[in-house]
Amino acid sequence: MSKYFTEDHEWADVTDGVATIGITAYAAEQLGDVVYVELPDVGKSFKAKDEVATVESVKAASEIYAPLSGEIVAMNEALAENPALVNESPEGDGWFFKLKLSDETETAPLMDEAAYKTFVAGLE
Amino acid sequence: MNRHGRPTAPTGANKAQATDFKTISGHRGLDQDEPLLFEIGRPGHCGVDLPEPDAKIESRLGGLERGEDIGLPGVSEPEVVRHFVRLSRMNYAIDLGIYPLGSCTMKHNPRLNEKVARLPGFADIHPLQPQSTVQGALELMDQLGTWLKTLTGMPDVALSPKAGAHGELCGLMTIRAALEARGEKRTRVLVPESAHGTNPATAAACGYIVDEIPATADGRVDVAAFKAKLDTDVAAIMLTNPNTCGLFERDIIEIADAIHAVGGYFYCDGANFNAIMGRVRPGDLGVDAMHINLHKTFSTPHGGGGPGSGPVTLSEALAPYAPLPYVVSHGGGFALVENQGDAADTAPLGRMVAFHGQMGMYVRALAFMMSHGADGLRQAAEDAVLNANYIMACLEDVMTVSFAGPCMHECLFDDRFLNGSGVTTLDFAKAMIDEGYHPMTMYFPLVVHGAMLIEPTESESKESIDQFVASLRSLATRAKAGETERFIGAPFFAPRARLDETGAARKPILRYTPVVPTAQAAE
Amino acid sequence: MRYLPHTAAQRQEMLTVIGASSIDELFKDVPASACRDGLVDLPLHQGELDVDRALSALAAKNVAAGSVPFFLGAGAYRHHVPSSVDHLIQRSEFLTAYTPYQPEISQGTTQMLFEFQTQVALMMGMEVANASMYDASTATAEAVQMAFRVTRRNKAILSGGLHPHYRDVVDTMDRFDADDDDEIIVLPTAVQTGEDLSAQIDSETACIVVQYPSFFGGIEDFTKLAEVAHDKGALLVVVVTEIVSLGLLKSPGAMGADIVVGEGQSIGNALNYGGPYLGLFATRQKYVRQMPGRIAGETTDANGKRGYVLTLSTREQHIRREKATSNICTNSGLCCLAFTIHMALLGEEGFTRLARLNHQSAVQTATALADVPGVEVLTSSFFNEFTLRLPKPAAGVVEALAAKDVLGGVPASRLLPNDPSMENLLVIAATETNTDADRSAFVAALKEVLS
Repeated sequence: MSKYFTEDHEWADVTDGVATIGITAYAAEQLGDVVYVELPDVGKSFKAKDEVATVESVKAASEIYAPLSGEIVAMNEALAENPALVNESPEGDGWFFKLKLSDETETAPLMDEAAYKTFVAGLE
Repeated sequence: MNRHGRPTAPTGANKAQATDFKTISGHRGLDQDEPLLFEIGRPGHCGVDLPEPDAKIESRLGGLERGEDIGLPGVSEPEVVRHFVRLSRMNYAIDLGIYPLGSCTMKHNPRLNEKVARLPGFADIHPLQPQSTVQGALELMDQLGTWLKTLTGMPDVALSPKAGAHGELCGLMTIRAALEARGEKRTRVLVPESAHGTNPATAAACGYIVDEIPATADGRVDVAAFKAKLDTDVAAIMLTNPNTCGLFERDIIEIADAIHAVGGYFYCDGANFNAIMGRVRPGDLGVDAMHINLHKTFSTPHGGGGPGSGPVTLSEALAPYAPLPYVVSHGGGFALVENQGDAADTAPLGRMVAFHGQMGMYVRALAFMMSHGADGLRQAAEDAVLNANYIMACLEDVMTVSFAGPCMHECLFDDRFLNGSGVTTLDFAKAMIDEGYHPMTMYFPLVVHGAMLIEPTESESKESIDQFVASLRSLATRAKAGETERFIGAPFFAPRARLDETGAARKPILRYTPVVPTAQAAE
Repeated sequence: MRYLPHTAAQRQEMLTVIGASSIDELFKDVPASACRDGLVDLPLHQGELDVDRALSALAAKNVAAGSVPFFLGAGAYRHHVPSSVDHLIQRSEFLTAYTPYQPEISQGTTQMLFEFQTQVALMMGMEVANASMYDASTATAEAVQMAFRVTRRNKAILSGGLHPHYRDVVDTMDRFDADDDDEIIVLPTAVQTGEDLSAQIDSETACIVVQYPSFFGGIEDFTKLAEVAHDKGALLVVVVTEIVSLGLLKSPGAMGADIVVGEGQSIGNALNYGGPYLGLFATRQKYVRQMPGRIAGETTDANGKRGYVLTLSTREQHIRREKATSNICTNSGLCCLAFTIHMALLGEEGFTRLARLNHQSAVQTATALADVPGVEVLTSSFFNEFTLRLPKPAAGVVEALAAKDVLGGVPASRLLPNDPSMENLLVIAATETNTDADRSAFVAALKEVLS
């Protein structure tokens, strides 16, 4: 199992060719209180960098881009009832969806946790 | 005390009473709370007297009669009047005090305008009456058009758009129609990053890709960056002038020439026309289309969020594509061109609304213009600009001015003066509520951090502005001195404390639902 | 000038504080070539008396509906509005307030909008409604765009019974939108109900738009149509131009509509020569985040007191900018307020009775007109509006009636000039405001004009 990060502040946890994807703690804090997450239907396929979901706070809405290519195999149904999970546990219970990867080599250019921390530190 | 035992002067005991005990009723003196209509109403009550229907008249509803109750509450007339009067008292309004919302132009709403708009000859005429029976209405539309064309120095006007954003849409559609008539399909519209949110929304709604132009350090369009983006794929630039930072775009003629050189059009967002009316004609600046918010510049009341009206003035190049309907004069009378093909020399882009636009707003706006006249409108613009510069001058040493002046009709501050104070722009604004003012526009434009945009308009007297300025100076000084208690959690003296917008958006409750489910809720 | 408070001395004082020598100095950023020294070529300021006199003279050139027997509808209806409505909407705190962006000092407006949304949802038999739009024609165009978003399809079918102006507005909005693949199918004008709409729906259809009662006044049950639409994954959009009809008729929601658009003018608002009006917009709870327009919602304040705010604003242009659901940023606040107050006064009993009186007035009018030689009533089931076939072109008849001081309906040809079959058709509305004397005058004038 390895965890990757993008410059758009998404994380992807890859296990057996399936990536669990969400937004980072940093992104969740920047957005403020999340009020709604629009998720893609299971079965839909996306290419890396495609717009795949939307996350809304009271005063902002952000698009979520697929960090990797693949097919949606699950979405986090709990977010519909409780979008606050994104703030409470962005890299845990607040995950967005799971993607069955079509090309695992796409993870190569993504950052690991240490690199992402350095990247975020550079933003402040 | 008089001989009946009635005290005639306040006693110490009255004065000493704490102000924060709970009243039995929940009201606090004149500060009365009001439940929902649905909680007041009871079955069988009614606030109108209508005649008994005639049981002998047979129904011709074809079996489509409703079976169950709708679920509306029954309320008598005195209760209805009291309900809405009580609600009204929870609102701030321009009639109560300065309403310095930047880019919203909250000026005095003369009651003469309300009176004439209610004359039966304007309010009680149907949009599809024979044109011979509404010649006065058509003449009024023609006159309003003449005023707008003369003030803007532009040859044509489309009256029908129902608000500013609708006017923007009309302008962009007209531009697209003109380009298509030339056989061109362009894909991009340039929009400065300081623009009102409606500009990019409109360009996108009209099928264009929005290409943002950055601002310079002095708050204006970066002309070099703008020119670098220009090519024959650019349909238009949408520019607000004076811009949303309250500044006049000095290079506007150069910008107009450059967009025209590549065959594109210049759309001007006229939201801020109040600063220049009677002094500068947008037509002289090279503008091809500009919407005018009658509810801002020409004082038709905002009414808690509408109705508005957004006529669009058009250049020679765009005039033939103006939407239906429009008024023409002929041999002493007036006529409406309502349908495609009625006029051979134009190519209307189609119809944007049913009927002919916001007649009720036209009457009010014309009354406002006639009252001011050419001299008064120019003076109003000058006073609006004077007031904004005066406020800027009075506050620049205690708050941070974002861009050096002179400004036009509004002045922009940012939150640098609050750095380290623990007070945000939002806290500062909410503290103004406790001082009896409506806050300025906050967090817009987006080009500065923690924006505070103040537009006093020409309606404020010097005395009113001096009092406002004194309050703001004191608030700014206290915030910087770390006296955060009057800011954090403000307002304290409004009908409500800060409301939970997150909760409202997470679990939206968008209507009243009775405790006992009705047929509708059960469905 | 009575609206401008400053004296000349005060202006000078303020300039001194600013550090400017003259007002011209404040305009120094304006290019010299565009600066005008003199006044524009328009009249000078006038006192209240003069403006009142001039505008009253213009008003007097129009024939007010209330001054003659009046039978026009076609999307705008004349009803009696109780006196307290217009009084209350002129309260300063409602009239001169801005959009409620500071909810702590706007509870009057936000609570009213919440009440309005509840009334609209109930009347339409729907779950949620927004805080109104410009009018029903623009709201219909928004409904079509919303159906495209919800279904991710791009074909809309417009019934031939839909108001011709509304069809034009939908068409214009679509022609200029981002998506060239959109398709608007406008069915042939249908004077009679019973169009075969189900057959038009296929797997590409995003929505089918019907009007109830139709432009020509006819009413029919769309329950079956809703079922067919839903089977094929399409939405049913029902447009109601005469909202009073819902006091008597089965609601669009009960028929299975997914989006209901209404013109709210009939309640609380004058004819105003076509505007301002208010577009009503209601839908199902599951589509609420795709719904355009402002919405008020209930919440609590920091002290736990109930209050109301504008909510779900991330759909709007000041946040989403080019990704907003619509470019519309105003509602019809004051028209909404008038609607809400009038509906509050009516209540369940008054609204139902008002609708009954309208229907009876129309039945009596249709019965009386049917006896005029050469006149045929084409609409069998209707609410307060129906269509006549005359023995000669309706446009000329209407002009001749006007010359006899009767405003007698809307010629269909005025809105559908290119359709020869419309030439002799006259659309008539009758409301609670029409008296027996109005009807007699209308019948007598029509007999003379047709003889």
